[in-house]
Amino acid sequence: MELSFYLVQLLNAIQYGFLLFLVASGMTLLFGIMGIINLAHGSFYMIGAYLAYWLTDITGNLWFGILLGLPIALLVGYLVERFAISFLYKRDHLYQVLLTFALILIFNELQQILWGTDVHAVAIPSFLAGSIPLTENQSYPIYRLFISAVCIVLASGMSWVIQKTRLGMMIRAGASNREMVQSLGIDVNRLFALVFSLGVALAAFAGMLASPVDSVYPGMGENVLIISFVVVVIGGTGSIKGAFVGAMLIGLVSTFGKVLLPEMASVMAYALMAIILLWRPQGLFGRRT
Amino acid sequence: MPVRTRYLSLLAALLLLILFPLFGSSFYIGLLTRILILALFAMSLDLLIGYTGLVSFGHAAFFGIGGYALAICFQDAVVIHLWQALPLSLISAALAALVVGWISIRTSGIYFIMITLAFAQMFFYFFFESPRYGGDDGIFLFFKPVLMIGAEDILHLDRENNFYYFVLTSLVSSYLFLTMILRAPFGKVITAIKANEHRVLALGYPVNHYKLVSFVIAGTLAGLAGFLEGAHSGYVNPSYMSWHESGIAIAIVVLGGMGTLYGPILGAFIVVLLQDFLPSLTDHWQLLFGGIVISVALFLPHGLTSLLPQIWTLFKARKSSSVINPPESDDD
Repeated sequence: MELSFYLVQLLNAIQYGFLLFLVASGMTLLFGIMGIINLAHGSFYMIGAYLAYWLTDITGNLWFGILLGLPIALLVGYLVERFAISFLYKRDHLYQVLLTFALILIFNELQQILWGTDVHAVAIPSFLAGSIPLTENQSYPIYRLFISAVCIVLASGMSWVIQKTRLGMMIRAGASNREMVQSLGIDVNRLFALVFSLGVALAAFAGMLASPVDSVYPGMGENVLIISFVVVVIGGTGSIKGAFVGAMLIGLVSTFGKVLLPEMASVMAYALMAIILLWRPQGLFGRRT
Repeated sequence: MPVRTRYLSLLAALLLLILFPLFGSSFYIGLLTRILILALFAMSLDLLIGYTGLVSFGHAAFFGIGGYALAICFQDAVVIHLWQALPLSLISAALAALVVGWISIRTSGIYFIMITLAFAQMFFYFFFESPRYGGDDGIFLFFKPVLMIGAEDILHLDRENNFYYFVLTSLVSSYLFLTMILRAPFGKVITAIKANEHRVLALGYPVNHYKLVSFVIAGTLAGLAGFLEGAHSGYVNPSYMSWHESGIAIAIVVLGGMGTLYGPILGAFIVVLLQDFLPSLTDHWQLLFGGIVISVALFLPHGLTSLLPQIWTLFKARKSSSVINPPESDDD
């Protein structure tokens, strides 16, 4: 195996890591700010992918699909927050687990009613369809590079919002002391609804971006969900930086694991998590409680 | 509800379960065996959720390990000796619970939930991807365990009725065992940990040791349930330890009523019967099932058994309305 082969794997790992980051960053904010454990986050990834498939099918173009799909995802997130999650802020995590577990069952069933159980593929937009040659027999698809580029833009945008804007200030303050934010006169309910909807939209967007690379199939969200949990745990809850580092680590470990140790590939990500937790139980960037 | 009424109803339920094979068909005996195994599994989880305050989302791992220990060691065996197979399953589950628990209880809250989940996934993928242990096809077992005395098998677990009684005995002994440890000082300490961990720590108790012991006991009992399921169905596969299974177990515990040992048993009956009955109503029964679970999570946080005292009060009120004397209040 030559160098270019490893380069391709490295690019794949980074692209996978970025997608995980989109899902995990929403999740870690929900944990950190709202104290909510949301198992249905993977379902939003799946919904995003199905929306992309469905709307691309209707409009004939992935961009229109994503443009139309994002408001729908935001709306779904808002409704779920209002009618289910918002009742659970003061309750034990156990009920959050139970309720969002039931939400997964419901979303899976709705997905089957709306879109059936077939596996679908989404076409890559024509001008991103080619690939860049690396050597005579190795090349790299442009669309995967595009995914990484979009995620870099999004990640920097997010870090800008969180570090520099008023909303970001409220989010950071909410993560460190919720009661204090409330007593300073900030409408926490609105903040929570907004953060939750944005988290849902991020997860759905990740699903939309990934839909041309992976196929669109029932239960696709659940694999993403669990591995995103691992990312959040490794990074530390509430930390966007942690989510980023965690996502990249998991991206590298699972991609290179598949190449170097195929039989143990999926186990390695979890083993990495166990090692990190032995060393730092609160995650790499988490605060000790 | 008076304590005596509760004991009497539990005894009546046990009597019904004992008599059931006399008039139930073998299909229903099989179904009931499945329910009782699931009840045992959920009861073990209740020790963590309902008594120790540890929300484990990876409990299915130990269920699966109990089953896999049996299947891996005896897949080619013609005779499976119960006295070898059962301790093997229990010890494997206990060891796994010791390792997972040792790492997991260093964390709390959301972290604990996610870590137990991730460990269960690790075991799941280990078996899912290993061709040596059957991969996603799992392992078939063609024989039931036997307990030989001399040259005679005294249990005959290959008969549905005998297996049923074997499972019922396991459930009842686990129930009694858990009742015993919950009444012992150990039980008082873990319930105190659930109520206020810092205070127990301040009193000088090694909180993490207690949590770990509780975790190992729960894991071992889950292993027992997994052993029974593997032996009963003759088939062990990775879905035993899928996170779906862990989620269903939590649903059973909460639906029935956590913090009571009979709650999970009631929950297991309801969930299995719902899963058997709802699909006959509609193809999209998961929608209904999900709706029921959500309603319970929102409106009935202490489960169905929390309704029993109210039903009892209604019952008493109606009975006493025909009598002149007011009802005496002997609620516990």
